[in-house]
Amino acid sequence: MKICIMGCGRTGAKLASMLDAEGYDITILDTNEYSFRRLPADFKGCALVGDGTNDETLKKAGIEKADAFVAVTQGDNRNIMAAQIAKHIFKVPKVLLRIYDPLRRELYTNLGLEAFSPTIIFAQLLKDNLLERGQ
Amino acid sequence: MYIVVIGGGKVGYHLGKALLSEGHEILIIEKERIRIEFISNDLGGVCLLGDGCEVSTQADAGASRADMLVSVTGDDEDNLVACQVAKHKFKVPHTIARINNPNNEAIFRRLGIDVTINSTDVIMESIQQEVPTHMLTHLMTLHERGMEMVEIKIPADARSVGRKIKDLDLPTGSILTLIMRRNQKPLMATPDIIIQIGDQIIALTPTDTEDQLKIALKGN
Repeated sequence: MKICIMGCGRTGAKLASMLDAEGYDITILDTNEYSFRRLPADFKGCALVGDGTNDETLKKAGIEKADAFVAVTQGDNRNIMAAQIAKHIFKVPKVLLRIYDPLRRELYTNLGLEAFSPTIIFAQLLKDNLLERGQ
Repeated sequence: MYIVVIGGGKVGYHLGKALLSEGHEILIIEKERIRIEFISNDLGGVCLLGDGCEVSTQADAGASRADMLVSVTGDDEDNLVACQVAKHKFKVPHTIARINNPNNEAIFRRLGIDVTINSTDVIMESIQQEVPTHMLTHLMTLHERGMEMVEIKIPADARSVGRKIKDLDLPTGSILTLIMRRNQKPLMATPDIIIQIGDQIIALTPTDTEDQLKIALKGN
């Protein structure tokens, strides 16, 4: 299974190294080469410098043959744009993305994207833990 | 009309000014306070501080009663999201996005943006009109019909010179409409007209057939 990840921040790098260790074919994109320092030394996948909102970069990353695409850069809009290109232009079967802003996440969920908001997830987690201990 | 402009940079500011002078009601949404101050000093209270891609900012801007939203920031992804939020959340009837990467034009259209303005191509078109080495110049794209309107200048070595229009091997669907000749009124391009050196021909041709049209008129 070939998976393309956009954004080699902490989340992207962690996801890439976990999947790589399980033997998946990973290509990870970042606009800054320095971000790839977060990948483990034994990373066997491909690390590519480039902007994932650019269709030519996505082609170089092998998006046309990818089974899944994950957009986890710091920019909500960049993730939204890249995910839509992957889903609607390149017809990647599975597309996931991060949208910090809960309202934007709701809108794009309604438009058919599989988007996750760490803001909502983490706040909920904190709340659940707080209330559990308070009792 | 009530028009919301996203981005108070140079394009947003001058666009806002022009729209105001045409009597439209406008609101410019801009993230940077310093730009807001600059624009407000000149145009009055027509600005809103905030991120135009956010649902809550567009709600504050009254996007649900806007007739049009134009997003002209320097980042394609921000313009895409601002237009999609306006269109899908606030049902704004017309959305226009500025585009920097020409490849995004087709992509944005497929993602539901009504109109895209691609500054790179606009400049390219001006260069093609000014520089005579380009035999074929784009005048206009008729997106809904899949046609291009182009201008062709016939150089001295063109193989169509001296031949009648009806004898040319034009691509299917391609129509020559007008011919402009030096010191003459424009002519309708009727089948029996003979092509001359220096003719400027206005033609309609299906998208992707420009090369064939060029070959039909000029040869390889």
